[in-house]
Amino acid sequence: MTDTLATFTPPTRFAVPGRIAVSNRAAALWQTATLTEIRRETPHAATYRFAVPAWAGHLPGQHLMLRLTAEDGYVAQRHYSIASAPDDEGYIELTLDHVEGGEVSGWFHTVARPGDQVEVRGPLSGFFAWPGDRPALLIGAGSGVVPLMSMVRHHRARRSDVPLRLLVSARSPEELIYASELGAETTPVFTRSAPPGVPVGRMAAAHVAPLLAEQPEGGWEAYVCGSNAFAEHASRLLVAAGQPVDRIRIERFG
Amino acid sequence: MNVTRGFTGRARVHNAGLPPGQYDAGDDWPVLSAEVTPELSPADWTFRVDGLVEEPRTWDWKEAHALPGSVYEGDIHCVTSWSKFGVRFGGVSLDAFLDVVRPQAAATHVVAYSHTGYTTNLPLADLTGGRAWIAWEFDGKPLSSEHGGPARLLVPHLYFWKSAKWIAGLRILDHDEPGFWEQNGYHARGNPWEEQRYSGD
Ligand SMILES: Cc1cc2nc3c(=O)[nH]c(=O)nc-3n(C[C@H](O)[C@H](O)[C@H](O)COP(=O)(O)OP(=O)(O)OC[C@H]3O[C@@H](n4cnc5c(N)ncnc54)[C@H](O)[C@@H]3O)c2cc1C
Repeated sequence: MTDTLATFTPPTRFAVPGRIAVSNRAAALWQTATLTEIRRETPHAATYRFAVPAWAGHLPGQHLMLRLTAEDGYVAQRHYSIASAPDDEGYIELTLDHVEGGEVSGWFHTVARPGDQVEVRGPLSGFFAWPGDRPALLIGAGSGVVPLMSMVRHHRARRSDVPLRLLVSARSPEELIYASELGAETTPVFTRSAPPGVPVGRMAAAHVAPLLAEQPEGGWEAYVCGSNAFAEHASRLLVAAGQPVDRIRIERFG
Repeated sequence: MNVTRGFTGRARVHNAGLPPGQYDAGDDWPVLSAEVTPELSPADWTFRVDGLVEEPRTWDWKEAHALPGSVYEGDIHCVTSWSKFGVRFGGVSLDAFLDVVRPQAAATHVVAYSHTGYTTNLPLADLTGGRAWIAWEFDGKPLSSEHGGPARLLVPHLYFWKSAKWIAGLRILDHDEPGFWEQNGYHARGNPWEEQRYSGD
């Protein structure tokens, strides 16, 4: 969209540039997404698989906007990260936490069933995208693991040897989304209860330090995702451990 | 209209102040910045206006506070679809700064930039006439760093990504140049009443 326009570079420290250009057409267009499958991930989270035949494709880390419409025309729209890897042609998967009293996540968790139709527009934001081109250090908590999982899945599907690590925080093993899919690249941190022999506690400098100690060539691009409180905490840990601020990308869920 | 089976949604609020597709976030004030929150003290904060102006100028914290104070009381609207009603920001009207630097006749647009390097573009007309502020107080208290403190741009009649946090300066131009989110598919102007969320809306 910007090829004909120069862009101003501020005299301040340069902000993290976007990773890809975003298609205006895809971002502008509402498309029907048909729910084809629901998979429970944890007691509070489930994955929703949709058929979106004309989906333009996405990069791991991108999100979309989803809207539900009531009989009287009232709409509710929210952003959701895309959980699936890009190669799942014509299909996308989202993983939603059931937010207490939540208008949109509540509908998904209590009403939705295969065959239902919702609308989506996207993919959006090239900033949090990871094209798979450089070493990635992924840090998430709760449903913040969703866009990071798309990266992990992409990495696996490509059999990529680009270094990739995932540090993920969950309340307990039962609350760890995608637990059965996580592998050697992942270090889980449990904040309320853990399997025997695994310490319980908040993500700390001691979790981040070993990852930054093994600097890959060119350094890590860090991707942090979760609630604002978690994003603040994790990004401070990264900065304190020496990760440059202009190589930290943050996706806050609000 | 594509009705979603079984979706009723929340009780309808008939609030004339709520732009289309927005909901009232109540006491919540979500934070959505994409970069690390900077540790910027008032002593390190500066605000510069340059580009197509008669007299480019930089203000430090003290100098900016010497300008006549001004308050915004009203609503703010985020593109992620929450709105927040009855907020109160304190600072200085942007007109006070622009009166000093005097934009040239050719000036049409502005890139606002932050101490982090975040950028956002705006038509100059959206920043004049008492509709934009440099704000350093929220509800009578210093603006917290998560919300853009020590000082942020405040342009409440546009979606809130235009209200650059940790504001460092304005570059006045004779053409439009997309900023950070605008290069990432967001609308060039971002008027919530016309639902200008993404480019093409
Ligand atoms: C870029 C991005 C990506 C995201 N990705 C994901 C993801 O992958 N997975 C995921 O689960 N979430 C994700 N989120 C969060 C998601 O967008 C929603 O915020 C979340 O699902 C809650 O929406 P909801 O409609 O269920 O809840 P809401 O109805 O918005 O409610 C949220 C909370 O506010 C309270 N509340 C809000 N309005 C009112 C009101 N008027 N009256 C009373 N209470 C109110 C509710 O009780 C609840 O506690 C993402 C957010 C962003 C910004």
